[in-house]
Amino acid sequence: MFFWTYPIKQETMPNTKVIQVAGLTKQFGDFVAVDHISFEVEKGEIFGFLGANGAGKTTAMRMLTGLSKPSSGKGKVAGFDVLKESERIKERIGYMSQKFSLYEDLTVKENIRFYGGIYGLSRNQIGTKTSQILEELQLSEVGTKPVRSLPLGWKQRLAFAVSMVHEPEIVFLDEPTGGVDPNVRRQFWEAIYQAAELGRTIFVTTHYMDEAEYCDRISIMVSGKIKALDSPENLKKQFKASSMDQVFLKLAR
Amino acid sequence: MFKVFMAFVRKEFYHILRDKRTLLILFGMPLAQVLIFGYAVTNEFKDARIDVLDYAKDETSEQYINHLQSSGNFIVRKVLVSQKDMEAGMKSGKTKLVVSIPENFSEDFYAGSPTQIQVITDGSDPNNANTLVQYLTEMTRSFQQMKRNESPDPYSIHVASRMLYNPQLASAYNFVPGTIALILLIICAMLTSLTIAKEKEIGTMEILLVSPLSPLLIILGKVAPYALLSFGNAVIVILIGFFVFDVPVLGSTVLLLGMCFLYVFTALSLGIFISTTVKTQQEAMMKSLMGLMMPSMLLSGFIFPLASMPVVLEYIGKIIPATYFIRILKGVMLRGVGLNFILFEVGVLLMMTLGFLLLSWRNFKIRLE
Repeated sequence: MFFWTYPIKQETMPNTKVIQVAGLTKQFGDFVAVDHISFEVEKGEIFGFLGANGAGKTTAMRMLTGLSKPSSGKGKVAGFDVLKESERIKERIGYMSQKFSLYEDLTVKENIRFYGGIYGLSRNQIGTKTSQILEELQLSEVGTKPVRSLPLGWKQRLAFAVSMVHEPEIVFLDEPTGGVDPNVRRQFWEAIYQAAELGRTIFVTTHYMDEAEYCDRISIMVSGKIKALDSPENLKKQFKASSMDQVFLKLAR
Repeated sequence: MFKVFMAFVRKEFYHILRDKRTLLILFGMPLAQVLIFGYAVTNEFKDARIDVLDYAKDETSEQYINHLQSSGNFIVRKVLVSQKDMEAGMKSGKTKLVVSIPENFSEDFYAGSPTQIQVITDGSDPNNANTLVQYLTEMTRSFQQMKRNESPDPYSIHVASRMLYNPQLASAYNFVPGTIALILLIICAMLTSLTIAKEKEIGTMEILLVSPLSPLLIILGKVAPYALLSFGNAVIVILIGFFVFDVPVLGSTVLLLGMCFLYVFTALSLGIFISTTVKTQQEAMMKSLMGLMMPSMLLSGFIFPLASMPVVLEYIGKIIPATYFIRILKGVMLRGVGLNFILFEVGVLLMMTLGFLLLSWRNFKIRLE
């Protein structure tokens, strides 16, 4: 009976690291945007990537998603090399940027259909996925309305659902909650938890410290380097702080 | 792969059909241009209003005035009675030219002594004034010949001119090729650069690049609908030219369509190149309007002849794709030449296309690094 109280992800096998990064570096001329970062992420984990603007979060994420080539270092995402096999990686990851990445002039259904289409889903699969997403997000009534007409919070959750239309192993979220009010943010995090419970790995960057508390583990980047990496509880203990805000302030100083 | 491509093209058609601005540029612009160039911008005259100040008031002067009107170029608006009235019509813009016939017009004319007719034109519009004076001189000469019983002076030199390929000097022969070149350029280059810049601006380009789609497929998917639509536009303009303005297609139709296709390709590669250098739609718009439309209109030889330009402008004209395409069109449509006569122009367009694609590819790589 004891086991049932544990969240599902604790039961996963120990050697299921979906992201492994060692000494990953990105240099633009003399400027080192990302400076030898190393970390590992487990399957089903919600991994937070924190840092001020310009700390190198986005650059690091772009290297993991194949948008940018690392200057040096090694990395594996979903078992494939980020340097040589970025095409294989792309099939296995989802990505959502802070701009929500939906087409405003297309309807909800057309957006789902398009993204399903470019990931090579069959017509049947797209149909099933569409009704599933519309039902889960309770968007059935606005399925034929242009995305433009939806409130921001809905757009954001739809964008998240669409980024997982091809059932990716890992979902990368680049500041997904920017500009959304706290209430909607909480709803969004519920959706993230749901996805993680299905065994999906979530890699999320944010600069909201309260969101950091929702992550299983977080890494804090300061000027291109990872300065701390642990669970929120451990970090607070380590830095003798009562909140993540304080942890961050102590690190940044 | 084809299914993925079609999904992309379908999405692109949604964008086009739902955006009023794009629709306007796609379908409104070609029509507006053809009509403007066809009916408004023309240097032919029909029924130009003129005033006549007839001091002679006899049979000969009347015959002369009738002769002027018989050409269809002139219509007498008003017969003036005094020199004072001359300026009024000119000032109000109602008349373009005043012919003043002297009192002793017919006596001098039949006596064989020098006869003078005064012609006053509105010099604030020099091109028109020149053309009108030319018409009038021509009509006066023919009047003289007619009156002297068709017995031309045996010692005078007669210039028998014939305008090959455009005997009536119809301006449609010039504007139809020019309009096709402009429209294709605007639609392909401007709209493609706009649509790619839009994906960058709203952040969807990143999502597409993170997806398994290859960059080549993304670009092809984006430009294919525009290539198709602009090609259709070119065909429509050729048809309007043929049926409404009597512009012939003397050369091979297949060659003509093939050349349109080549130029569409050049314009698309130019549009892609522009889009790799911009971040926002506004930038794309500015670059294509200032960098493409203006020079293509003014420096391609479409409106002003290249040869009469200052050397610098002439060289700029020579790096504009439209310059070569207009030459190709005129060759194939009006002179009916085959591919062997336009090899140089075709070669230049091919080289330009290749150049733009290489530059785009380089810019694209830099962005990914």
